[in-house]
Amino acid sequence: MKLDLVEVQKLEGHSARVWNVAWNPAAAGVLASCSADKTVRIWEQSSLSRSWSCKAVLEGTHTRTVKSCAWSPSGKLLATASFDGKTCVWENFATDSECVSVLQVHESEVKSVSWNASGSLLATCGRDKSVSIWEIQPEDECYCVAMLLGHSEDVKMVQWHPTMDLLFSCSYDNTIIKVWWCEDEYGDYDCVQTLSESNNGHSSTVWVISFNAAGDRMVTCSDDRTVKIWGTDIKRMQSGEGYVPWTHLCTLSGSHDRAIYSVHWSRDGIIASGAGDDTIQLFVDSDSDSVVEPAYKLLLKKEKAHTTDINSVQWAPDKESRLLASASDDQTVKIWKLVSEP
Amino acid sequence: MVSGLINENPIIYPKKERRLRTDSSNTDEFTPEPIDQLEIFDHIRDIKDPEHPNTLEDLRVVTEDSVELDDDNSYVRVTFTPTVEHCSMATIIGLCVRVKLLRSLPARYKIDIRVAPGTHATEDAVNKQLNDKERVAAALENPNLVEMVDECLLPSDE
Repeated sequence: MKLDLVEVQKLEGHSARVWNVAWNPAAAGVLASCSADKTVRIWEQSSLSRSWSCKAVLEGTHTRTVKSCAWSPSGKLLATASFDGKTCVWENFATDSECVSVLQVHESEVKSVSWNASGSLLATCGRDKSVSIWEIQPEDECYCVAMLLGHSEDVKMVQWHPTMDLLFSCSYDNTIIKVWWCEDEYGDYDCVQTLSESNNGHSSTVWVISFNAAGDRMVTCSDDRTVKIWGTDIKRMQSGEGYVPWTHLCTLSGSHDRAIYSVHWSRDGIIASGAGDDTIQLFVDSDSDSVVEPAYKLLLKKEKAHTTDINSVQWAPDKESRLLASASDDQTVKIWKLVSEP
Repeated sequence: MVSGLINENPIIYPKKERRLRTDSSNTDEFTPEPIDQLEIFDHIRDIKDPEHPNTLEDLRVVTEDSVELDDDNSYVRVTFTPTVEHCSMATIIGLCVRVKLLRSLPARYKIDIRVAPGTHATEDAVNKQLNDKERVAAALENPNLVEMVDECLLPSDE
């Protein structure tokens, strides 16, 4: 059985590089993209024609590049992070998208925003080397409940764990991935683990962290042109045993020629990567019999997926559609479908 | 008064004679012309040093050999040599080279910029900044920095 990633549609409209794409977790076929053109676009799939068109352009609020966008778990809110130092929360997309909250705490560019699994917390990070955690109250009021310092350089991404309120952050610095946890009821977050080069970590800037559905594996990608898989016994942690450290399981190297800007783990276990070499690659667990050394293999390499760098890849949240969205420096977003060829 | 210049007395090298480009035998207007090392060097040799009224070529910050090129794979790497080891203008110079190449080369090109190994006190930090696409993009949204870069890229009145 041969697999291929087939281009379904190219979404044009942004007038500068597109940094990030995010599928709405609750509304099928809806995705957001954000760009250096300072806008965010919402794309929807028509139920009749099955093709996507731009339904809304969120503009006028961010005054600089919008680097990252993330939907709340309910799909009702969209958070956007910008180089202008602000993080905005938007709602009411069906009618007129409205910016309901502006979070301002970072001293310089904000690089990433992430919602926790229940949608009660938002995390942001930026070039000021800090990570902030915000509580979302009724009426969309947001309060900054923690400022986490510990990274020695620009923090590139924050990502909440899919099932527990564990926050992960990755950076331009040598202590690359940090895990933050609030163990007590007082709301203090501590750095409970740091994964650096000496823990078989990356040797350069780490751009993205993504978790598998079960939350016991994570994948990271880096300027060092490798993808790394990490794992933990999450069930022990979920049963209240306290923090259980993550360990390196596997490094995938040699298939990307340039910095890997994005990775994303699908609900059905396929890892997609997008890089500065213009390729999108897919990896899966190689089902090796070795219990000791988990191994992953390259499933598919799509050359010239875009005409230049790919900045973001994200699988659609449902398991059936097998759709993947990609965003590029070529100012477009592409929708792909993973198909089996007879 | 102490001058603010990092390097007050840079060495200015004699100008190399410019080779005339020979006529290309390629008359097919649809085939892209191959890009060569000299063409890339021509794009960057006249960039002005941020502190002195001299070009990067004059100060031997870049030479033809500082351009490594693989046109078939759309790849170029420029290695530049700051005039002094503690040059705080190194990132500005690197940024100028990158911006000039981004504006001059086809979009398919992948560009790496680095300082010549051993010529700068914080070469790893400088190289990292110059090759972090996100950091470069953010820097180029800073109007003061863009103004400085544009000044260096202005053709001189010769």
